Amino acid sequence: MLSNLNFRAGVLSVVILLFFLGVWQLATAPEVLMIQEEELSEYEMLTGGGGQRGSSGIPAPSEVISHAVSELSNPFYDAGPNDKGIGIQLGYSIYRVLLGFFLAALIAVPFGFVIGMSPLLNKAFDPFIQVLKPISPLAWMPLALFVIRDSNISAIFVIFICSIWPMLVNTAYGVASVRNDWLNVAKTHELSKVRTAFTVILPAAAPTILTGMRISIGIAWLVIVAAEMLVGGTGIGYYIWNQWNNLDLASVIFAIVMIGIIGFLLDLSLAQATKLVRYAD
Amino acid sequence: MPTKSLSDPFDANSDLRHDSACRHGHHGPGQCSCFDTADPNLERRMDNGEFATTEPHHAEHKAQDTLDEEALIDRAVESAVVRGMFGHNEINRRRFLQMLGGGTLAAALGSVMPLDKVKAAIKDGGPLEKTKLRIGFVPITCATPIIMAHPMGFYERYGLDVDVINTAGWAVARDMSLSGEYDASHMLSPMPLSLTLGTSSSSREHFIMPAIENINGQAITLHNKHKDKRDPKDWKGFRFAVPFEYSMHNFLLRYLVAEHGLDPDQDISIRVIPPPEMVANLRAENIDGYLAPDPFNQRAVWDEIGFIHMLTKEIWDGHPCCAFACSAAWAEEHPNTFGALFRSLIDATQYSSDIENRAEIAKVISPRAYLNQPEPVVRQVLTGRYADGLGNVQDDPHRIDFDPFPWHSMATWILTQMKRWGYVSRDFDYNRLAEDVFLASECAEVMKELGYEPPSDTYKNFEIMGKVFDYTDPEGYLESFEMRRS
Repeated sequence: MLSNLNFRAGVLSVVILLFFLGVWQLATAPEVLMIQEEELSEYEMLTGGGGQRGSSGIPAPSEVISHAVSELSNPFYDAGPNDKGIGIQLGYSIYRVLLGFFLAALIAVPFGFVIGMSPLLNKAFDPFIQVLKPISPLAWMPLALFVIRDSNISAIFVIFICSIWPMLVNTAYGVASVRNDWLNVAKTHELSKVRTAFTVILPAAAPTILTGMRISIGIAWLVIVAAEMLVGGTGIGYYIWNQWNNLDLASVIFAIVMIGIIGFLLDLSLAQATKLVRYAD
Repeated sequence: MPTKSLSDPFDANSDLRHDSACRHGHHGPGQCSCFDTADPNLERRMDNGEFATTEPHHAEHKAQDTLDEEALIDRAVESAVVRGMFGHNEINRRRFLQMLGGGTLAAALGSVMPLDKVKAAIKDGGPLEKTKLRIGFVPITCATPIIMAHPMGFYERYGLDVDVINTAGWAVARDMSLSGEYDASHMLSPMPLSLTLGTSSSSREHFIMPAIENINGQAITLHNKHKDKRDPKDWKGFRFAVPFEYSMHNFLLRYLVAEHGLDPDQDISIRVIPPPEMVANLRAENIDGYLAPDPFNQRAVWDEIGFIHMLTKEIWDGHPCCAFACSAAWAEEHPNTFGALFRSLIDATQYSSDIENRAEIAKVISPRAYLNQPEPVVRQVLTGRYADGLGNVQDDPHRIDFDPFPWHSMATWILTQMKRWGYVSRDFDYNRLAEDVFLASECAEVMKELGYEPPSDTYKNFEIMGKVFDYTDPEGYLESFEMRRS
């Protein structure tokens, strides 16, 4: 029954996709294919063939797909600093996101733990967290570039700063809301503070912590594209910017799809990790 | 040709001020202590030995009997540094020298400033301090010499291994240069001036511009719906885009509309938009037009969105545009590398200036690694045979041109416009700043060495829309405009 539902949903998804692509293809097809009877004049040659392209300027899905096939067939070529394959560009972005994200986790989780366990610190730090949390990560970019003086590290810093808040807040919340019964049990067993933290609080708060991490990586992946468009150089954000320079929308759409897929995979991996630590009461 | 004051900077009796030529009692007639930078006969007179001094009691002066070009360069650099050190305060400098003597100053100076190294670099290079360089460029045709020097091997010829890095915009080029990530960078010619003035960034740093990348090469593009509005007087309420505030684009657009009686701050709006976004914004009718670098003017025609209203060469034929710049500190630290880079760029610029080479260059720089544009678009810009979007094929080989020589008076003009529109309010010495940033003398030296013919002066007057800019009176020029912010 369940597999049956999955199967039916899968079929429906494919139908929706095909329908969507079909509409897109029809909407962007050149209206009339003009047959050239005489030679193009020089002026028409200089303006790219005198209005031969589709009127909307948006590429048809067939164009995007053929572009995707050619990009993906050789994803790791490297032709100098400004021309690298999509695989290398994505690799740079993933590397920056993961590095910034794990650095943030390294600080946010222990710090969140401390805040969660101490109502005093919780209240004392709350105003700072509340003010810093809503700042757009990209607002830090000019400051980061100026202070750090390295664009790559600045990008990683921006990922770090945007990842830290959801993890911090969730960890603190998860730790603070561990059931009192469990803490009391730990007390009656005369467990030390450290032991209580690792054997009782951490497992209890783990699902909340991982939820925070899942939110963080989602935000980090959103931010890296914009950050790389801003500083240029390498990464999927730079790739989009460079293709935009050429107003090459087929490449831009292809890159958007790739960003979606990678973002989905990152989210999926943390969702799986959350499942691992969750347990029924 | 060095044209700064060429008196001995270590002599208490000499005067380094520009306007002080031939005023001192202790010099005989014809023995100027200071060359008039405006003198067009300077070179000829110098060749005739007219400037040779006969004063016996100064060893330095004796050397001037045989002043050759190298010594002149040495002297120019020394003078500039000494003047810089004393903030152009002649009284202080002379008092110091009377007390301690020129030798002390020269020695003290040598210990803080690698003068010899800089001088040597301008003459001929020794071993390169650094061969692996990162140079930024913004992907527009103005960057042609910087870019094509890479695939065509001009950097390699001078022993450099250069990565040319596609940069997202001028703010990034500025930040990367300030942070030292780029050794040198493609900039807009007003940028090194504004960086040195400290007006466009949070930190103030002395930048130098050894060479201009290109002259002309910009255009005003309007949306197709404005085909009947060819008179700037009809542009009231238009929204224009320029690529950066400290750009010739901004200053030329302001100049043009002001000459037609429109106030660029009131009657039109000018916003900063990165070039690729301009075409997209024009299509969306979010802007009415832009004064922008190519290929984005030609690109608008190619995509049938807009037409080329006018080339900026019609405003000022031969105006400077993009620049090649680095920080003065970097040049001092890597004098030989700086010299090699300087040479390779002069070579590349000269190669680009030959119209015969343009079609080939277009082919080389169009791919994704460089400009990432369709080749026909780039070719139309570089060869000057282009469709204007109005149904005509135009032919203008000087649509974009390449001439490395950074006239000091170009900098002076830019500074008058920065002041005119309120980008800088404090007072400064126009010509001094121009000379500190635009390395015209050094450029002439390198050009000569490579067998090109540099102009014999570093200042000249320009005619912009029929009005002559007199570099000797920048303040007066500024006053002559009815429309100005300061």
